[in-house]
Amino acid sequence: MRPWRNPRIRALVLQALVLALVVAGFAYIVNNTLHNLGQRGISTGFGFLSTEAGFGIIQTLVPYDETSSFGRTFVVGLLNTLLVSALGIGIATLLGFAIGVARLSSNWLVARMAAVYIEVFRNIPLLLQIFFWYFAVLRTLPAPRQSLALGDSVFLNIRGLYLPSLVPQPGAWLVLAGLGLAFVVVIMIAHWARQRREATGRSFHTVNVSLLFLIGLPLIAFFAAGRPLAWELPELRGFNFRGGLILIPELMALVVALSIYTAAFIAEIVRAGILSVSRGQTEAAYALGLRPGLTLRLVIIPQAMRVIIPPLTSQYLNLTKNSSLATAIGYPDLVSVFAGTTLNQTGQAVEVIAMTMAVYLTISLAISLFMNWYNSRNALVER
Amino acid sequence: MKVNQAFGNPGPPRVRTGPLGWVLENLFSTPINTVLTLSIICLFYLAIPPVVQWALIDADWVGEGPEACTSGGACWVFVRVRLYQFIYGFYPQDQAWRVNLGFGILFAFLVFLLVARVSGKRWVAAFLLLVYPVIGFLLFYGGALGLPVVETAKWGGLMLTLILSGVGIAGALPGGVLLALGRRSQMPVVRAVCVAFIELWRGVPLITVLFMASVMLPLFLPEGVTFDKLLRALIGIILFQSAYVAEVVRGGLQAIPRGQYEAAEALGLNYWKSMGLIILPQALKLVIPGIVNTLIALFKDTTLVLIIGLFDLLAIVQVAFADPKWLGYALEGYLFAALIFWGVCFSMSRYSQHLERKLNRGHQED
Repeated sequence: MRPWRNPRIRALVLQALVLALVVAGFAYIVNNTLHNLGQRGISTGFGFLSTEAGFGIIQTLVPYDETSSFGRTFVVGLLNTLLVSALGIGIATLLGFAIGVARLSSNWLVARMAAVYIEVFRNIPLLLQIFFWYFAVLRTLPAPRQSLALGDSVFLNIRGLYLPSLVPQPGAWLVLAGLGLAFVVVIMIAHWARQRREATGRSFHTVNVSLLFLIGLPLIAFFAAGRPLAWELPELRGFNFRGGLILIPELMALVVALSIYTAAFIAEIVRAGILSVSRGQTEAAYALGLRPGLTLRLVIIPQAMRVIIPPLTSQYLNLTKNSSLATAIGYPDLVSVFAGTTLNQTGQAVEVIAMTMAVYLTISLAISLFMNWYNSRNALVER
Repeated sequence: MKVNQAFGNPGPPRVRTGPLGWVLENLFSTPINTVLTLSIICLFYLAIPPVVQWALIDADWVGEGPEACTSGGACWVFVRVRLYQFIYGFYPQDQAWRVNLGFGILFAFLVFLLVARVSGKRWVAAFLLLVYPVIGFLLFYGGALGLPVVETAKWGGLMLTLILSGVGIAGALPGGVLLALGRRSQMPVVRAVCVAFIELWRGVPLITVLFMASVMLPLFLPEGVTFDKLLRALIGIILFQSAYVAEVVRGGLQAIPRGQYEAAEALGLNYWKSMGLIILPQALKLVIPGIVNTLIALFKDTTLVLIIGLFDLLAIVQVAFADPKWLGYALEGYLFAALIFWGVCFSMSRYSQHLERKLNRGHQED
């Protein structure tokens, strides 16, 4: 056989060609980039991370000021991204599950309302929704002196939402320790209850007992240590509020828009998940004598979750990626402070964009690894 | 009659037919449902009249400037006055016919493609993918046939949104199909390259891709080669979108039974012939709904280009109410933009659902 007729040789040659093309493409790009950077007098490398940033950030979860380094800026931005994603994921999940269940309600009006919610919010661009909440709603709130108030502890004005905050006093570590201990106890109880159920078939009120420990232990610690937590109320001083916890309007607009938008997608996922459990499963459970509550908990939800979890995690991933829209309203997330301000100040485009992309890639790879693990653990075991 | 005494007289069965039966069945079937129904009706009563009052009854419809808006309702005058800009951006008014003609041709062919039941659709599709871009470019940009050049910096509004999403999806389709084939290839190097490419773009947000296209692309090219800002954004969008299209197409390829692949091989067709004649025609038909869904996502995502300084529909609305003359009409602007986006996305998603049902039925008949 002539060599170009041999599929194995042809495949090898083709692959070598592809590899050569990719390598050549990279070499070309790297070469051009180095040349261009040289022309502009920009040095490559990550040295800029330790130079002084010189700009302030409106919301920081770790200590930060103008004299901090660009490396610190990266950390601040990353933490802000994670904060807004975590808040968004929590609220979107609750809202999405509620609406997904409402979509299947036997009440026609409730089901219609849920359908309208889904169709309205998932068909309007997220950025438009963020702008709407930020510019058309939160920017039109009154000034601090005319704040909307709930009692004398919660205030809402154009500068943000002011909430009372818990300030730990000396001895507060005991409460944290109590909470930690409770978690350990709960995990042990769950493990023991599972083993006993598998061995003897007898069930245990794991949820109730766990809740008792989770609430009880920290509470005991709280009183034993002499109530080491104090409320700090926001107070109007001059033109602004001092003290308490403040949620800046950028954060609120972002969290509200992200959760409302993502909840519409989650609702559809939940609906599909519940519908995927065939009616025969419910009937079989009833025939075994399970009550409706137990049927839901032991038969329907575990099977629905198998269908729900994979697309749900990809929605979480989408939400995390979408949180980068923060930069459009000036919320200091990773893209805004790092790929925006830091890039403009240092000109280190390649390093900055590469680091930013690496963060998102790491998050999405971590989530898809989790997904693969979950799928292999929960895949239907067939005969 | 002992049984009846024990359980009480159940009375006649509940009405199950007619409007009353429907209401009893669907709105007031249980106490909880009754409470829910009543509270929703109450909510409607509280919310709808003020909204209607603001948006329709008290609204100002006619006038030339902000002084016409005095009634305290919505100021639709703002949208009317700015409408040209919302649709064409900064495109010269005397040249707007070119945009109209360009989109007119496109929609005429699209409607023909989607609705008409005729043979030879593939020629229309080929025309749209190969010849139309040239015609469109000549019409929009000009510089030939005596049409004056209109810089891309002047393009904006709905026109730019449509161009970004249209070119984005059309450009991403061929790349996406090739990537999907590559991902299912037997050759490890080809597969690895395709997987890496797809996962890279799917793992990062579109904003970072646009940032990359606007700040890093000039660095990647030889010195002196510069690109138009719109073209850079388009390159970013096409790369990003092709990864998503690839995953959709891969779904279609996986749905084709093994027998089809084996039959193609048994006929002695080589790889490209078996893909082009047997597998892809079936797979692509299956994934049309999925591609429409990615198009919907892209159409919504085009709004992000405002971050790199292009003026799509949302950006131009944003600019319009930043005008000191029109301060305070953000709500009207957003509602108008939302209505357009919603209308386009909703009708596309309905079309895709319709298609899905139609294709499903076609499959069952086989």
